[in-house]
Amino acid sequence: MSSDHDHHHHHDHSELSETELRVRALESILTEKGYVDPAALDAIIQAFETRIGLHHGARVVAKAWTDPTFKEALLEDGSKAIGTLGHVSRVGDHLVVVENTPERHNMVVCTLCSCYPWEMLGLPPVWYKAAPYRSRAVKDPRGVLADFGVTVPKDTEIRVWDSTAETRFLVLPMRPEGTEGWSEAQLAELVTRDSMIGTGFAKTPEAPS
Amino acid sequence: MSAAAAKATAAVPSIPRDDDGPVFRAPWEAQAFAMALTLHERGVFTWTEWAAALAEEIKRAQAAGDPDTGETYYLHWLATLESLVATKGVTSTETLHRYRDAWDHAADRTPHGQPIVLQAEDFAR
Repeated sequence: MSSDHDHHHHHDHSELSETELRVRALESILTEKGYVDPAALDAIIQAFETRIGLHHGARVVAKAWTDPTFKEALLEDGSKAIGTLGHVSRVGDHLVVVENTPERHNMVVCTLCSCYPWEMLGLPPVWYKAAPYRSRAVKDPRGVLADFGVTVPKDTEIRVWDSTAETRFLVLPMRPEGTEGWSEAQLAELVTRDSMIGTGFAKTPEAPS
Repeated sequence: MSAAAAKATAAVPSIPRDDDGPVFRAPWEAQAFAMALTLHERGVFTWTEWAAALAEEIKRAQAAGDPDTGETYYLHWLATLESLVATKGVTSTETLHRYRDAWDHAADRTPHGQPIVLQAEDFAR
């Protein structure tokens, strides 16, 4: 799929890969001719939400929680560290991992083109692509988080990261308390997509859902 | 999995899947899958026709040196969609190219972070 992975390295405008251009062309023609209804198409795709992408994000996070050396390497160079795990064929040229701490909560906003790390996270949530989320997240991150039912302590700084075609971000959420001695596989179960975007926390052992 | 998707995976055995149904490597793959599902439901082609056209496409790609590692499966799927809509008279290859170029233009003029929307001006080139 090499043609799908070529970036033109422009910073100022949107990017679509050759394959994405063809898919969009087909979809707009079929929509104009009344063969498909974009909403119905979206519904089919959403039904496969959990089946798109490789979902390695949770495993990467769990490994970082249990292996300090890996975590250090991950924060140093996300793409390189994930590449050493062997089972990830491609995570983009520059995947930057940002760590949540009691002092700082990180949150990522999307840019609607190919910047979302779906190889790690699967399909982006629909709200993530919406323009209101992006503009509000920059202006009023606490308000957006409140909408998701997420309360970040007042003295915790909130840092918003804007993906670009070259740099994509993955949030390393804080390891939940009460998980001492847990295995990587057990811990991975607690890592949600939203916790890796920064619009949620990892699940806690007491509240498994 | 929906009944339509189950029917498609049953009729087209080559679709990459696990125990719970089809799996996709990227969002565009699911889009291409969903479009075929919708066109089938609209009666544009039968799954038998689809499977034959897809097999033909894969054979052609292999002859041209496609490594056939499974990574390119949905590229063949997309090429099959493009050729079938043309043969069935839904649209033409020229129109597909025109819209592809228009989307390219739309992406070019859309500031980073804004939704990319196709407009009439994108065709005027």
